Amino acid sequence: MKILAIDTSNRPLSVAVLDDTTVLAAITVTVHQKHAEYLLPEIERLLGMADLQPTDLDRVVVAAGPGSYTGIRIAVTTAKTLAATLGIDLVAVSSLATLAANVPVEGALVAPMFDARNQNVFAGLYRIQAGRPQPVIADAHTNVTAFLQAVQEYAEPIWFLGDAEHFDELIHTTVSAATPRVSPWLNLPQVATIGLLGRDLAPVKDVDRFVPNYLRLTQAEAEWRAKNPGEDNTSYVEKV
Amino acid sequence: MSPTEKRNLILAFESSCDETSVAVIEDGHRILSNIVATQIKSHQRFGGVVPEVASRHHIEEVTLCIKDALSEAQVGYDDLDAVAVTYGPGLVGALLIGVTAAKTVAFAHHLPLIPVNHMAGHIYAARYVEPIEFPAMALLVSGGHTELVYMPAENQFEIIGETRDDAAGEAYDKVGRVMGVNYPAGKTVDEWAHQGHDTFHFPRAMETDDNFDFSFSGLKSAFINTTHHADQIGETLDKHDLAASFQQAVVDVLAEKTLRALKDYPVHQLILAGGVAANLGLRERLDHDLEQVPGTRLVKAPLKLCGDNAAMIGAFAEVAYRHHVFADATLNADPSLEFDWVENPVK
Ligand SMILES: [Zn+2]
Repeated sequence: MKILAIDTSNRPLSVAVLDDTTVLAAITVTVHQKHAEYLLPEIERLLGMADLQPTDLDRVVVAAGPGSYTGIRIAVTTAKTLAATLGIDLVAVSSLATLAANVPVEGALVAPMFDARNQNVFAGLYRIQAGRPQPVIADAHTNVTAFLQAVQEYAEPIWFLGDAEHFDELIHTTVSAATPRVSPWLNLPQVATIGLLGRDLAPVKDVDRFVPNYLRLTQAEAEWRAKNPGEDNTSYVEKV
Repeated sequence: MSPTEKRNLILAFESSCDETSVAVIEDGHRILSNIVATQIKSHQRFGGVVPEVASRHHIEEVTLCIKDALSEAQVGYDDLDAVAVTYGPGLVGALLIGVTAAKTVAFAHHLPLIPVNHMAGHIYAARYVEPIEFPAMALLVSGGHTELVYMPAENQFEIIGETRDDAAGEAYDKVGRVMGVNYPAGKTVDEWAHQGHDTFHFPRAMETDDNFDFSFSGLKSAFINTTHHADQIGETLDKHDLAASFQQAVVDVLAEKTLRALKDYPVHQLILAGGVAANLGLRERLDHDLEQVPGTRLVKAPLKLCGDNAAMIGAFAEVAYRHHVFADATLNADPSLEFDWVENPVK
């Protein structure tokens, strides 16, 4: 099974191509955030190095959010279009779980975090079980202090990843258990890892209706829903 | 087989604002399919297009539109010659979805990718009425643009005049809001205008100026001041007369400037295109006025193709294809893309 894995959820761009459990090629870039321009050329380069054609692919695994709105849109649009146009499987993985998968320590608690500004984060808590990150606290858009207080309840060493360094001080004052020192490398998505995990995950049922996991309404929609409780808001797009 | 026998098939994408559209176009002038998913109902909740919401809807629709476009046209990827996409101008987050999807399809099936300027698409919608004869002039009027574009030859565009402030469609939406008409207001204001008379005589901007630029902000302010004053003294104004007076002023300015431009730039065709080109008041006025311009025929974009759609993108893409205008996989959205200004102005 030939698998392409993609993550452009935040500043890093990470792509990998695998043949079953063998990683054929992997690229992770952090020097720019021009995913709209560079994601497809990097995929082209990657497949070229692996001597594969797009039609050789069997499956696309994508980190589908949370993260930067533009970033997750580019990854998801590329992945779902590729899956739809080639008629192959699409597998979606949380962008936070993608980071958590970097920790190869069985039983470890991992807290990947993305800075969402104004003391807010996209964050979740995962436990590594049988080599896979399993959610303990679901991914959410939340106040960073509230999140840290919730993970503190576990009273275990916790691996903080991603933008956790933005909140170093707060983590040390809130969380009493030891926090393992993390190599900066682990703060970057390495999608070869989710490519491996995605090999066994169930594919998305309806590729056409698949959307990024924003974990946050737009401001306009949040305000509109507050003013219009009980309104059905499912079918606003019409074919004409 | 000679190249003339083989039909040229282009899969075209459009997502610059609030319609997701994919079309299959044969030889640049036959529509095999033109799927349009409109988000108007969604944005009506907010009284106008919310860019972040627009972008989210495009992702929901884009692959379905591809499938429907291909199946309705009864063609497969092997039949296609190229993929084309609007890359600007428009909302960056909205453009990005079409650009990303189009690039991905082109990559997956080894097809050339054609970058299309949205405004060129609007103009070339005229191809579905009759072939464009050069030199030609286009009056482009939409929610975001009001401009006069001179086309000395195929694939050449030169702006000779544009709005200095609001686009005509923008002005329609704003006065519509004042009169309690939901976005987009153009159609209702047009209908009301046909039931009223120009009793308010709003100002016509820059009709005496020595250029081909437009301005609608003075008109808009006059309209708002008039309705505001009436509110304050508890007077109810006739909405049909208000609409008629507003529309008459808009149409006067557009027609006057266009006729003046045609004097300096004699052309075979005047093409009326863009969302506001669906306005019946404007269509009727130009029909009438163009009778006085010998040698120039008015070509109005088909009503159904005045709004945003991928068929118009495919119409221009076929020209770009013949001129070998292709993009590579780094193609990005360019929200402020525009034509160049005319190099040697007549005046
Ligand atoms: Zn348009």
